[in-house]
Amino acid sequence: MGWLDRERTIAPPGFNRWLVPPAALAVHLCIGQAYATSVYKTALVKHFGASLTEVGVIFSIAIVMLGLSAAIMGTWVDKNGPRKAMFTSAVFWASGFLIGSLGIFSHQLWLVYLGYGVVGGIGLGIGYISPVSTLIKWFPDRPGLATGMAIMGFGGGALIASPVSTALLKMYDPNSGAKGWVASGESVGKLFLTLAVVYLAYMMFGAFTIKVPAEGWKPAGFDPTKVRAASLVTTENVSARNAVKTRQFWLVWIALFCNVTAGIGILEQAAPMIQDFFRQPDGTSLASAAVAAGFVGLLSIGNMSGRFAWSATSDVTGRKRIYMVFLGVGALLYTVLALAGSTSTVLYVALAFVIISFYGGGFATAPAYLRDLFGTFQVGAIHGRLLTAWSAAGVAGPLIVNAFLDAQGKPGALNAASYQPALLTMVGLLVIGFVANLLVSPVEARFHEPHAGRVRSEEPALEG
Amino acid sequence: MSTAQSPVAPSTGKLVIAWALVGVPLAYGVYETLTRVAALFG
Repeated sequence: MGWLDRERTIAPPGFNRWLVPPAALAVHLCIGQAYATSVYKTALVKHFGASLTEVGVIFSIAIVMLGLSAAIMGTWVDKNGPRKAMFTSAVFWASGFLIGSLGIFSHQLWLVYLGYGVVGGIGLGIGYISPVSTLIKWFPDRPGLATGMAIMGFGGGALIASPVSTALLKMYDPNSGAKGWVASGESVGKLFLTLAVVYLAYMMFGAFTIKVPAEGWKPAGFDPTKVRAASLVTTENVSARNAVKTRQFWLVWIALFCNVTAGIGILEQAAPMIQDFFRQPDGTSLASAAVAAGFVGLLSIGNMSGRFAWSATSDVTGRKRIYMVFLGVGALLYTVLALAGSTSTVLYVALAFVIISFYGGGFATAPAYLRDLFGTFQVGAIHGRLLTAWSAAGVAGPLIVNAFLDAQGKPGALNAASYQPALLTMVGLLVIGFVANLLVSPVEARFHEPHAGRVRSEEPALEG
Repeated sequence: MSTAQSPVAPSTGKLVIAWALVGVPLAYGVYETLTRVAALFG
């Protein structure tokens, strides 16, 4: 399939680089569905006669596979280019839904684990990193803005998938009008089939729209010497293999891990947390279920907008400074949330909104941070390896919060004070992340790639 | 040798369609979410 090769995707002269972000968004909006699984979680529990934990494992497998496949396949993605990577991701992601639907129709939960979890998870990992390196090369003048636009799509994908999935489940289930309705397994199976077809089409649009810049291309008016002048920003290149041997890679890994762990702590518990924070002595809460749902929606908007806004801002402030804000100001806000969050719903909601915007911002700014430190040579592969921090945080964040809450009492009997140990632990984590980020310095010259003798497809974009 | 290219669009229609394909669903998702968020301030 030579038409997928990197060489076939080189942009002709005059190609408008603003066609690349929508191509990247098309992929990220589709794989962002991973954060909308709660829509059919109860339906699957009922259909399989399984526990919430057993059904929750589907999502956990997918996120672990995301990290693993991004880490393992990153070098392959950089070498083969974005079109082949997006195409592969689309096939895996759609196949995941198809196998998953087979598992639902045949009442085999393990098939859903294999389909959505393993196969779909591989699609998630390849899809997540597939446009990053290309965007950075098209936007050397604004890498944070470019990657922020794409990674914002991952946050936005759930906003689309959630209402669309609910509407489709209602359409597919003849009993949807009944009181206390829970979608049937058959309707979830049909939903999976529909999503497979729609996502495959959308991701193919992305795959066939994306192009890589020609060798030596640079945007009009762009002066690479200005980039070189900025502290921490290199025009040298470091391979993925060498990057993981550097102190800088692991310091950024720790910073991202701490930022994500802290954010997941709130995201995982968002709906019950706001109700517990405003629980009255008689056991009732000032925050109704509708208010809690609105709060979850607001956090989704904060997560998505933070990805774009903070990443774009990092082009002006620099990556290290913006991470100091995420981790340092984040620690302060977390402390206020833990100690005074229950005094006012407005204060609580505002604090949580900003904290979650930092969570999203950390994800979206990471690729540009890596570009600054390691150059464009194998930034996609390095980003893939960095995403193992996400997988680790996906396990650590909920574990920390749930362990502390379990020790405080049973769900429904918790209050604001019950959350203080968990939240203050997150403050400690953020301080560790802040120190790690503070220690980031330019990568030593011994890790840089030699300038002569590189093969053409690996030539860094800024040289020519 | 570096070649500077102008970011002028050779096909504005293609650009509009591409952005609409991703922008319209995203705007719908944001709108639907904001209607839920309204309960928070209602």
